[in-house]
Amino acid sequence: MSKKLFQVIKPGLMTTFQDLGRTGYQEYGVVVAGAMDDFSLQIANLLVGNQRNLAGLEVTMMGPVLKVLEDAVIAITGGNLSPRVNGQPAPMWKSFAVKEGQLIEFGQPLEGIRSYISVAGGFDLPAVMGSNSTYLKAKIGGLNGRALEKEDILYGNENVQAVTGRSLHYDEIPKYHKEVAVRVVLGPHQDAFADEAIKTFLSSNYEITPQSDRMGYRLKGPELTHKTTADIISEAIPLGGIQVPANGQPIILMADRQTTGGYTRIATVISTDIPLLAQAAPGAHIRFKEVGMDEAQELYFKKQKIVSVLEKIIL
Amino acid sequence: MKLTYHPLGDTGIQLVFGQTISEETNQKIRLFAELLKAEQIEGIIEWVPAYTTLSIFYRPDKIRYQALLEQLERLYENIQGGVADAASLVYEIPTYYGGETGPDLNFVADHNGLSVDDVIRIHSSQDYLIYMMGFVPGFPYLGGMSEEIATPRRRDPRPKIAAGSVGIAGSQTGVYPLETPGGWQLIGQTPVKLYDPEREQPILLTSGHYLRFVPISKNEYDSIAEAVRLGEYKINSKRK
Repeated sequence: MSKKLFQVIKPGLMTTFQDLGRTGYQEYGVVVAGAMDDFSLQIANLLVGNQRNLAGLEVTMMGPVLKVLEDAVIAITGGNLSPRVNGQPAPMWKSFAVKEGQLIEFGQPLEGIRSYISVAGGFDLPAVMGSNSTYLKAKIGGLNGRALEKEDILYGNENVQAVTGRSLHYDEIPKYHKEVAVRVVLGPHQDAFADEAIKTFLSSNYEITPQSDRMGYRLKGPELTHKTTADIISEAIPLGGIQVPANGQPIILMADRQTTGGYTRIATVISTDIPLLAQAAPGAHIRFKEVGMDEAQELYFKKQKIVSVLEKIIL
Repeated sequence: MKLTYHPLGDTGIQLVFGQTISEETNQKIRLFAELLKAEQIEGIIEWVPAYTTLSIFYRPDKIRYQALLEQLERLYENIQGGVADAASLVYEIPTYYGGETGPDLNFVADHNGLSVDDVIRIHSSQDYLIYMMGFVPGFPYLGGMSEEIATPRRRDPRPKIAAGSVGIAGSQTGVYPLETPGGWQLIGQTPVKLYDPEREQPILLTSGHYLRFVPISKNEYDSIAEAVRLGEYKINSKRK
């Protein structure tokens, strides 16, 4: 049974439905999309008693104003965009009840730039190719393939086991900084770069420019020079791939990246650190640190464990 | 031959099958992808074939890098030994050449000193290899077009090109799966939808197989378009 949950009073800068992405169709050119900060989305779901991969609202910088149409249990995670319910500060990283008629609002971005709103039972949306993620360029997924607009009604699923007051342990709540240390696995095209370029890459500060969005983060910093050419024969590009076109300025490929690309890539950001990047705003500084495969996968397990421990408590 | 590979962060691995674009390399990649599909290795999420590489994305909590690598090396040895070569398919794309939906057909003919009929004959008498899919959902990167009909892109790209438009850009030919802006010379249109997110199988084509354009009349175009609309059209394909 579907029920009317929220009415959109103001849509915010860019509020879209995202789940963990539209995987399985990349070989046909279909972009993955999905939550930029997949950790925060998964936690938001688990805190309200959902499966970790359900779609939530990804709120960007300036949040929406939502009117509650029926009592519900929600959680807000990710960046702190000053959430309020009925004018009072709302908790983050903790599930709580909202009542019919209340307003969910956001204010100043205090830390991070993307919040995630989950609702117990999940939002009721049609799946496109197995996913509810909104991919704006192809106009698919989420709510009619677009961001929220004023007057939209958001539907939720009937839910029997909503839990309030469940929170993520304080130690496990990520901190978002203006200086971000990001770990990378080098390659696949490190041989296409001058030796100096690898050193420069791993020892310099790169600034996130305003030309950054869900597709990719364009960085500004010391130029990375190629031995001969910046071009390669087109191939698949992974989440977190760092491509360097001929101008020597790196671009980190994010959730809405195209499936294939023709520029050399110096390294790939490890999956554990993607959420930190997702919360970094233009103007933030990034430093890259090389890690080996064993360490990268150990970090993956550590992160997975936080999620799966919470999952076991709930499901 | 030893398998060449590179990690793509902690959740991906790229296998390299060659250094240049060739049919032989592409067929190896297709065979390897078919083996992957048959093997169903636990932890692999998906893979993306391209001109010279096959990239695999996986879940390290289901399979670690080293364990995955061992499995991939085993499969690679299999294709060295020459597995039973699964035949490739040729998908037939019915195409109405010229008319309102192929406004640049005359230009392509004039540019190459050919008649319109020559252009249609040359364009539709070739099996084009689908090297990879990408750019937008369902877009096939095709190889093998005759240089006789090669034509540079338009100087003024069109703001809107209808889905199904068949075009030429330089020595490439292709089909637009969805409405996009573009600078290709448009020579015709197919009523077949290469991409339909609402369809059970949203994408019609698979890389590593072939595509052939089959000329049809305006009447045939209309009746196929109607069948497509009703969800009754099935694309023809035959073994190469």
